[in-house]
Amino acid sequence: MSDRLPGFSTLAVHAGAQPDPTTGARATPIYQTTSFVFNDADHAASLFGLQAFGNIYTRIGNPTNAVLEERVAALEGGTAALAVASGHAAQVVVLQQLLQPGDEFIAARKLYGGSINQFTHAFKSFGWNVVWADPDDIASFERAVTPRTKAIFIESIANPAGSITDIEAISTVARKAGVPLIVDNTLASPYLIRPIDHGADIVVHSLTKFLGGHGNSLGGIIVDAGTFDWSTGGKYPMLSEPRPEYHGIRLQETFGNFAFAIACRVLGLRDLGPALSPFNAFMILTGIETLPLRMQKHCDNAKAVAEFLAGHPAVASVNYAGLASDKYNQLARKYAPKGAGAVFTFSLKGGYDAGVNLVSKLQLFSHLANVGDTRSLVIHPASTTHSQLDDAAKVKSGAGPDVVRLSIGIEDKEDLIADLEQALGA
Amino acid sequence: MNHDAYPDNYIRGILNSVKSIAMVGASPVNVRPSYFAFKYLAQRGYDMIPVNPGHVGKELLGKPFVASLSDIDRPIDMIDIFRNSSHIMPVVEEALTLDPLPKVIWMQLGARDDAAAARAESVGIKVVMNRCPKIEYGRLSSEISWMGVNSRTLSSKRAPAPTQGMRLSLNRMSVGGGDTAASDRAAKNKSEQS
Ligand SMILES: Cc1ncc(COP(=O)(O)O)c(C=O)c1O
Repeated sequence: MSDRLPGFSTLAVHAGAQPDPTTGARATPIYQTTSFVFNDADHAASLFGLQAFGNIYTRIGNPTNAVLEERVAALEGGTAALAVASGHAAQVVVLQQLLQPGDEFIAARKLYGGSINQFTHAFKSFGWNVVWADPDDIASFERAVTPRTKAIFIESIANPAGSITDIEAISTVARKAGVPLIVDNTLASPYLIRPIDHGADIVVHSLTKFLGGHGNSLGGIIVDAGTFDWSTGGKYPMLSEPRPEYHGIRLQETFGNFAFAIACRVLGLRDLGPALSPFNAFMILTGIETLPLRMQKHCDNAKAVAEFLAGHPAVASVNYAGLASDKYNQLARKYAPKGAGAVFTFSLKGGYDAGVNLVSKLQLFSHLANVGDTRSLVIHPASTTHSQLDDAAKVKSGAGPDVVRLSIGIEDKEDLIADLEQALGA
Repeated sequence: MNHDAYPDNYIRGILNSVKSIAMVGASPVNVRPSYFAFKYLAQRGYDMIPVNPGHVGKELLGKPFVASLSDIDRPIDMIDIFRNSSHIMPVVEEALTLDPLPKVIWMQLGARDDAAAARAESVGIKVVMNRCPKIEYGRLSSEISWMGVNSRTLSSKRAPAPTQGMRLSLNRMSVGGGDTAASDRAAKNKSEQS
């Protein structure tokens, strides 16, 4: 029984899973059940009172989902995780634990367009006020801090342009402000970047993307780094104060360095309800087993495609942090040395019309609103994912009218380049 | 012993070897962490003794409360202290007068007294601070995985189907130390600040 640290690929296959004790099944079974039988009244009471480990009802926890949770916690280097129905559900559950109506959180301006919408509209209606900052200007985060600030939210690799965020610099701001740093690590996956190693306190994912990896299942997850002290100053009452929902339990005192994940489960998921289907958890788990292989191929293909585009006469510019000439290349070398991800944008000399024309001519790339599939994908953000933003906000978030976003799959790179060449050429 | 990050084998060795555990500060209130831990450890087969002078004459899950460690009529393998850091030293001093000495002194999550630890270690007593034995047992057996917690252990073996009151194997392969590297670092920074 030696204490040694297995590598990432071993954890991707094994963490959280073991042969089923009842049947010996080696693959993780899909526990497609709503509820679980109690041994007796005392067992039921212990489970409801959070005194015993075990299963009650799939809206609170499920054995298939639990394997997924432990696996992603292990890959990210966190103490615990909670799987939910989507990436967006993960974001709402996290912020529900941290903000009271009237509170603020600071978010990087460069985010997935859906997150910008969620923060601007849905969260505003809860009284959670987003304050935007520029991830390329760390001082803008410092300036945004007020006594009501409860968290900072960034993406490690930002959608849509694939820009790299200086996680350590922003974590310093968060620590000084006494608030947790939340990092959406969807576009990097823990294979490329482990935000906790750089100072993140909470990591969220849309599992829908590279972790699931096959474009077949929605899911989201919250990882607790176990690094934040929730007890100071009564600032985070969901964690530090006696909870009336559970007869006065204090979650931080009872659960220590995984109290945040427990709060998300027993106060967030239980009451808001966005549970992940065990079937989706199974599909995503199967995807994660090959994450290291897929992610490397995604990155290698993306670099080859970006290099091709950068040399093409119809292309005005390419934003890919893996290119030596890119503005974010230094940060990419520091944070993502294995590859700068597989989602990036480029702009065409022919502007909006040329973008629309390109999308219509591609044969292999699929025109759809997703990223992180085995298949290569293309979209014109200005008319789709980012269409709700006004023109200035579109440009600020990297989705101007002439911009096309690619998500490079794991096909043969020669075929992807040939497809782009024919679509750009004619 | 480095009390910032315990090797799993240290914790595993303790939980595999001790049989009787006196819990100082055990509470009969069923939302207190000490109640959770007492109940769980009793179910896993440990001989649990609740110590709390405020509740003498009553029972905790069928076990009579005693007022102090010296009132216990049998040797104690481990003392689990559910008191704040500032109340640890007197308990350790009392423990050091016991004959035979306890093998382990364990201080709960949030409790740490390095001077008290050093006194106990100087007479050969093993010390654990700022950990919960229920969480550690659940982690090393992977039972805690039901709650999405990173057990930091792996196993390709088929475990017996757990039944109520069963002892669980703690001998899975460890994939790291007593906490994740990040939470170890955070705990260390915190103890340096305070
Ligand atoms: C970076 C990022 N975060 C969050 C989300 C939202 O995830 P979901 O669609 O699973 O709710 C997405 C989806 O595109 C994303 O790209």
